[in-house]
Amino acid sequence: MFSKAYSAAIHGIDGVIVNVEADVSDGLPTFEMVGFLSSEVREAKERVRISIKNSGFRLSPKRITINLSPADLKKEGTAFDLPIAVTILSAFGYITQSNLEHTLIIGELSLNGQINPVNGVLPIVHSAKEQGFYRCIVPIANVKEGAVVSDIDVIGVNTLEQVVQYLNNDKYIEPEYVDIDSLFQNQMMQSANDFSDVTGQESTKRAILVAVSGMHNILMIGPPGSGKTMLSKRIPSIMPELSFDESMEISKVYSVAGLLDNNHALVLERPFRAPHHTITTSALAGGGKVPRPGEISLASRGVLFLDELPEFNKNTLEILRQPLEDKSITIARLNATYSYPTAFMLVAAMNPCNCGYYPDRKRCNCSINEVKRYLGKVSMPLMDRVDICSETYSVNYKDLEKKENSVSSLELRKEVKRVREIQLERYKNEKFNFNSLLTPQLMNTYCGLERSEKKLLEDVFDKLNLTARAYHKILKVARTIADLDDSERIKRIHLSEAISYRSIDKKYWGE
Amino acid sequence: MECTEKEYQYWLYSINGIGIKKVAALLDNYNCAKEVFDASENSLKKIGKLNEKDVKAILYRRDIELVKRNYEKLHRKGIHFIIKEEKEYPSRLKHIYDSPNALYVRGKLPKEDEVTISIVGARNCSEYGKELAKYFASEMAKCGIGIISGLARGIDSFSHMGALKSGGITYGILGCGIDWCYPAENISLYMEMIEKGGVISEYGPGISPKPGLFPMRNRIISGMSDGILVVEAKEKSGSLITVDMGLEQGKNVYAIPGKITDPLSTGCNNLIKMGAKLVTNPIEIIDDYIYSKKKIEIQGKNFDNLLETYEKIVYANLSLEPKHLNEIIDETKLDINIVVDTLLSLELKSYVKEVTRNYYSLTLVP
Repeated sequence: MFSKAYSAAIHGIDGVIVNVEADVSDGLPTFEMVGFLSSEVREAKERVRISIKNSGFRLSPKRITINLSPADLKKEGTAFDLPIAVTILSAFGYITQSNLEHTLIIGELSLNGQINPVNGVLPIVHSAKEQGFYRCIVPIANVKEGAVVSDIDVIGVNTLEQVVQYLNNDKYIEPEYVDIDSLFQNQMMQSANDFSDVTGQESTKRAILVAVSGMHNILMIGPPGSGKTMLSKRIPSIMPELSFDESMEISKVYSVAGLLDNNHALVLERPFRAPHHTITTSALAGGGKVPRPGEISLASRGVLFLDELPEFNKNTLEILRQPLEDKSITIARLNATYSYPTAFMLVAAMNPCNCGYYPDRKRCNCSINEVKRYLGKVSMPLMDRVDICSETYSVNYKDLEKKENSVSSLELRKEVKRVREIQLERYKNEKFNFNSLLTPQLMNTYCGLERSEKKLLEDVFDKLNLTARAYHKILKVARTIADLDDSERIKRIHLSEAISYRSIDKKYWGE
Repeated sequence: MECTEKEYQYWLYSINGIGIKKVAALLDNYNCAKEVFDASENSLKKIGKLNEKDVKAILYRRDIELVKRNYEKLHRKGIHFIIKEEKEYPSRLKHIYDSPNALYVRGKLPKEDEVTISIVGARNCSEYGKELAKYFASEMAKCGIGIISGLARGIDSFSHMGALKSGGITYGILGCGIDWCYPAENISLYMEMIEKGGVISEYGPGISPKPGLFPMRNRIISGMSDGILVVEAKEKSGSLITVDMGLEQGKNVYAIPGKITDPLSTGCNNLIKMGAKLVTNPIEIIDDYIYSKKKIEIQGKNFDNLLETYEKIVYANLSLEPKHLNEIIDETKLDINIVVDTLLSLELKSYVKEVTRNYYSLTLVP
């Protein structure tokens, strides 16, 4: 008897439909599996046979052949256990073949017939819907994650026996339902981190507001304990709420990485990823034999926070250059290339010197050379992609006592949204929608300066020995500041503020 | 081939491991450097101060052609070799204890009637020290005073820079071979000083910087100068060695006071307690040396040139100690936009500088 069911494999962050075919015929009793399988799929053979036996089905000694097609796609992971078991049972006549139509099945089997969770349910269900499937059978532990996709029935199952009963219409299982609107609603209520928790550092807060508004990457320099990490953690709280599409995009990445479960069916908050500085290149960028999304993809649509920037391996940081510009990373392997989104905002923090207190000479005894050497550890090509640089200072007791001026995240978020809308409107005919993505060619169009402003910039250029790159960054940031001020024209005050944010210049560090 | 006595002296002073004391012992036994050159091994061994290694070094270096060649090389490099007996040798140095037998000079030496002041201080100085070193050096140099320092990091470098900035003359005393620029980052300063002032060392070419050599050069710094100004020094600072030597040599000592809680000013404050002259204005030093000559008016920063009100408010809030932008905003109660804009215009007018990102301090010398 021949039988066929549908399953899916993960490719990047998309699901690819895989046909699972089984044939049972007379001959020597063997169990063959073909179809470009990786070793974990090959091992499914034992799991499937024993869990079928332990679920109370008897297989008579026959020649069983399994084929997973398309045969040129490498099949990885354990999600094929359940569809293989189902097709075998169908081929033996335990399940009516016609009931397998329009049904996508994924799940890992235990020896006792239990169904274990798998990674990547969300993208698989998503592509199932797009391919016109009516229902998906997924492990019960993944059911919420799958159910966020609307217009498709997602059935959570616990045991193989249950699956057979369900497919034979002996037992009805209610499709899972997730109220996405209420999920989003609840999320907005509870945001643990608020900007008003941070006292002092007004100038850095302002720099962060500018950075988030125009999606500029930011570097914070300051002594230990001055609140760099605290401020960074609160950056997602002032970014606009995630839209459903954005949330789906990130959730897919998280699903593939196995970071979703029934309590977090969907990523609802903007991600904040803070990898430790010992991180390897492939953990940051994504990779491995079977590529997995790295930290930069997990931070997509959110914040990638690199604390102690100079301590990171230089080669590790170098790989950030391309994703920062392309907003996606492509990882090539022998048999496929995988693409992950990397639309993150880079937030970096570092101390000004080894001991962390320069220029406070009462506490810092580093020589100018040591300070320069410390700074030199930071990759300059990476610094070129950082538009805003702000220095935090050690807060004193007076600042801690003072509470009145702190603005809340909610107010700041309102500002950010307003500025982002201005940008959306301005760049509606362009391929991008943030000031940070302005190219030097387009600056003439969008960042025109009046004569007096040009004169100021010229003076500053000579006095502070700026580079051409610094010049462009200043213009981009000034554009955002002017937008914050609701001014179409870039005025002197906008420029001077942008100049105060210009990123560190090695030459001028401590002279 | 014959050598002149000066060349023999050059030979004697450039033998590795033979310092001032050993040279003195040798010259006590023989009449001149030529006789040392010709002395037999046995007679050299009889001199108590010399060990076997020294004798070997002397014998090994006895190559008249090599001496000639090296001596010519000195000249080609523009290095003057001046021995104590010559009249070019600074008379101020002749009378100090342990005065060097010979000097290597690139550029020029201070004239006999030129007033020279040495400025010394910490290597890891603060912005306060840096600005004051530059300011005092540039103002004194304007009045024709030669500024002497050690070409080290920190106060030394900034004093040289200050003097050069106002078009004055400055001399650097090295603690290593005359052709070594240590620290290497001062190379442009070193080259500029050769051109406009002088670089002086008692060590010949090729002597690498060693910790032991630096305190020795302090006696030359103090010996060559008429007064010593200490800008910033910790309680146990190398600059205080220079002061001690200067006191032995009978020089004036000046110190710039600092906060009593500031470790970088402890050394200076202690000097003042012990009787060093407290100075708050370069004119107080200049007055001690230049009486009749027409004094050049010292141009301090004129506060009245600041026209805008905001500029005055922000300027008044700043000091020589770097202040963070947030503190300025807090204290002036002005808007962040205005403060940043005002700071920029002050920076463009060279009243203020940004020390590191978002830290600002006043500047005395543009």
